[in-house]
Amino acid sequence: MTPSAAVAAVAAVDAVRDAVVAGPFVHVAGGATKGALADSATLTTSSLVGVLEYDPLEFTFTALAGTPVREVDALLARHGQYLPFDPPWAEAGATLGGTVASGLSGPGRFRYGGVRDFLLGVRFVSGDGAVVTGGGKVVKNAAGFDFPKLMVGSLGRFGVLVEVTFKVFPRPRAHATLEFTVDGLRAGVEALHALATASLELACLEYDPPGRLLVRVAGSAEGLAGRLERVRAKQGGACTAHHDQDDAALWRSEREFEWVPAGYALAKVALSPTSVLEFDGELARQGLFGPRRYGVGGNVGYVTCADERERRALDGVLRTLGRAGLALTSSWDAPLLGVHRGGAFQERIRSVLDPGGTFALRAGGVVDAA
Amino acid sequence: MNPMRRTAKGRILAACARHHLVVTLPIASPEVARTDPPLGAMTVERLIRELDRLLAPERLLTNAAALATFESDGLTAFKARPSAVVLAQTQDDVVRTVQLCYEHDVPFVARGSGTSLSGGSLPIPGGIVIALNRLDRVVSLDPPARLCVVEPGVLNAQVSRIAAPHGLYYAPDPSSGAVCTIGGNVAFNSGGAHCLKYGMTANHVLGLKVVLPDGEMTELGSDGLESVGPDLTGFFVGSEGLFGIALEVTLRLLPKVETYGTVMAAYRSLAEAGDAVARIVADGLLPGAMEIMDRLAMDAAEAAVHAGYPADAEGLLIVELEGPREEVAAEHPRLMQLIEASGAYSVRVADDEVERATIWKGRKGAFSAVGRLSPEYLVQDGVVPRGRLGEALERIGELGRHYGLRIANVFHAGDGNLHPLILFDSTRGELGRAEELAGEILRMCIAMGGSITGEHGVGMEKRAYLREQFHEADMDVMTRVRDAIDTKQLANRGKMLQVVASAAPGSVAS
Repeated sequence: MTPSAAVAAVAAVDAVRDAVVAGPFVHVAGGATKGALADSATLTTSSLVGVLEYDPLEFTFTALAGTPVREVDALLARHGQYLPFDPPWAEAGATLGGTVASGLSGPGRFRYGGVRDFLLGVRFVSGDGAVVTGGGKVVKNAAGFDFPKLMVGSLGRFGVLVEVTFKVFPRPRAHATLEFTVDGLRAGVEALHALATASLELACLEYDPPGRLLVRVAGSAEGLAGRLERVRAKQGGACTAHHDQDDAALWRSEREFEWVPAGYALAKVALSPTSVLEFDGELARQGLFGPRRYGVGGNVGYVTCADERERRALDGVLRTLGRAGLALTSSWDAPLLGVHRGGAFQERIRSVLDPGGTFALRAGGVVDAA
Repeated sequence: MNPMRRTAKGRILAACARHHLVVTLPIASPEVARTDPPLGAMTVERLIRELDRLLAPERLLTNAAALATFESDGLTAFKARPSAVVLAQTQDDVVRTVQLCYEHDVPFVARGSGTSLSGGSLPIPGGIVIALNRLDRVVSLDPPARLCVVEPGVLNAQVSRIAAPHGLYYAPDPSSGAVCTIGGNVAFNSGGAHCLKYGMTANHVLGLKVVLPDGEMTELGSDGLESVGPDLTGFFVGSEGLFGIALEVTLRLLPKVETYGTVMAAYRSLAEAGDAVARIVADGLLPGAMEIMDRLAMDAAEAAVHAGYPADAEGLLIVELEGPREEVAAEHPRLMQLIEASGAYSVRVADDEVERATIWKGRKGAFSAVGRLSPEYLVQDGVVPRGRLGEALERIGELGRHYGLRIANVFHAGDGNLHPLILFDSTRGELGRAEELAGEILRMCIAMGGSITGEHGVGMEKRAYLREQFHEADMDVMTRVRDAIDTKQLANRGKMLQVVASAAPGSVAS
């Protein structure tokens, strides 16, 4: 970063602080790729762009929060590195800050962890206009409260992110994907369980119900064929292999949610792999048959809704099952769906970081009394 | 580390080291001692009477001999006498004890096996210790979901043992894993040798059931890898007991590692060993662990466990590849080439599990082995950017010479986590110098853009240094967040954040 860019960065942070102090409400949008989370935005982070520090040998970089993920992806790729959790909507313009605030990770999350596992440090402007630093810039750090974790998925409720530090990993030299056909939901979920618990170190494991299972393997070129063969033997049945450009295009499309039909609203649901059958059954009972994905080995559901009735029905399903959901695209009554835990703890934190309610969300989501 | 003793019931308690004193840096600032508010004896007596009604007699320890066991933890330089120890048997015991402490304004600390090296589980003088070792149920194990829910008293290594029949394991592996508890790991965000690739405890805790410092209960996180909403679980982990006590912990399990490729390389200089790590990283390999020991640490390990470390090496590097057999087979030649190019004069590859265990035995036992070289030593824990490891080690060597003290170095080279062990003899008046030297090392870590702790936590030991790592405004926010969560500053009072008397309205007995 040049000296003039550094001056601009300071000015941009000051501008954020002024906006927060001026209030009364501050809702931030980065790349606005998650429409349901950006539709009431009062502030954008388009002036907070740029990588501040990057030393490939440290496996870390620090950037302003509005920096587009795709710019970082390109920079890291030049040094043979990557963000292993595949931040979604990178091509569409997702920013680092938006990825953190929405708490979203893509298919690559399966192997090494998600955005919560790779975020090391943050700077943010809290509700009273203070610029707070949390975490650090080294890959291992146990000093002080973990504000970086608090920011993950916070939807901006505790402050405006201005700077983020991430851990990165060496990019695998080779990738390939096996696309299996499975015989319905039960078989698909069983395959998720069996493959997730095997010592195969899979890169991605995604289920496109009812019949399509995607298994990605990444690593050294020399080891790839043998590992694919073992996945094939473990799963059995018919499969198609995707290599090189074909493989890259497939996962780029997954990361960009290109499978979501035009006009449908998309939501994320936090699941446990052993709750997928029950969840899918409840969707069907409520007449929700839109395209959906069970990603990250069945730890997350992405559900599409055709209209307002379906959006409400999904919220109902989540309340019935006591699960939490997040609206991502299109327009919803409120971003938080279903039931959310930890209200008592969260409220105490919020009383310090946002005493004036500057970052309050639209109402929605039942806060669990527990 | 501490010699452990087993009680008749087979439970493991930490005992103070006998043949040598193991201490970490005790920074007992006089200012701190002055501002820690005293506890009213009357208040505490009333609380104990109520606890006595609540708990079976054997669950409440109040006599001096029984309390003595709990006066210290892994940081034995500090001692403090609690008023009582509650041996919690159920989650309800914990919740009701916390509620009573809140009612009576008496501070408390939760304690597992007491292996903290930063004084994290040191009693608050006159306060209550809530011992959680007996709260050790495995609540649920869900192998297809790779999840396990445990109570806080379950031992770290026990999680991997119960997961093993299902082909799974629990990744965080602090050196004290055989005896330390999950509750303690959660409170201090414990690390281990595999953090670069797998992260720390926070990365493996998905959900928590906690009792907040005023007795209110809440659940955080989810029952899977993904969650929605702020990562409150992650925020709670590593809060050093200041946010309350975890009653149930949802842990993420991983499929067992299929194949290890363990290599031990000997170097004529420590710098060459450090350089090898840089080459490995630059090449794009991601080993599960990269550990370095210096000559003094090797001497100690050899004397203790005969790991077969070369007698003439100045730096020893242990690198471990791990993964599916095809992947390890593909990476192994690359690793060997890099190590050869880095100037290693002797290389040993573990051919089987026995040899691998031997190589690790010396490393894992290095801390306690140093006790053979010196009557006393300080264990330090700091982090520097990996690229400045060489510079940091050189500086530590200079400091050792300047202070006239020997320093053994054992470190997690992959993530820049230093563990200098400062050897001293207090009968020769060396304790003060050793503490000063340790402080200089921490300041060096801060100056290099690192951290004062990679895995041991701030605890009692480093609270003065936290203020040097973070700005005043950041410390202020941390303090205010703690005050909002714990209005009376009862939960592990005085750890991590220093006590300011005026900010603890309920803490002084009326």
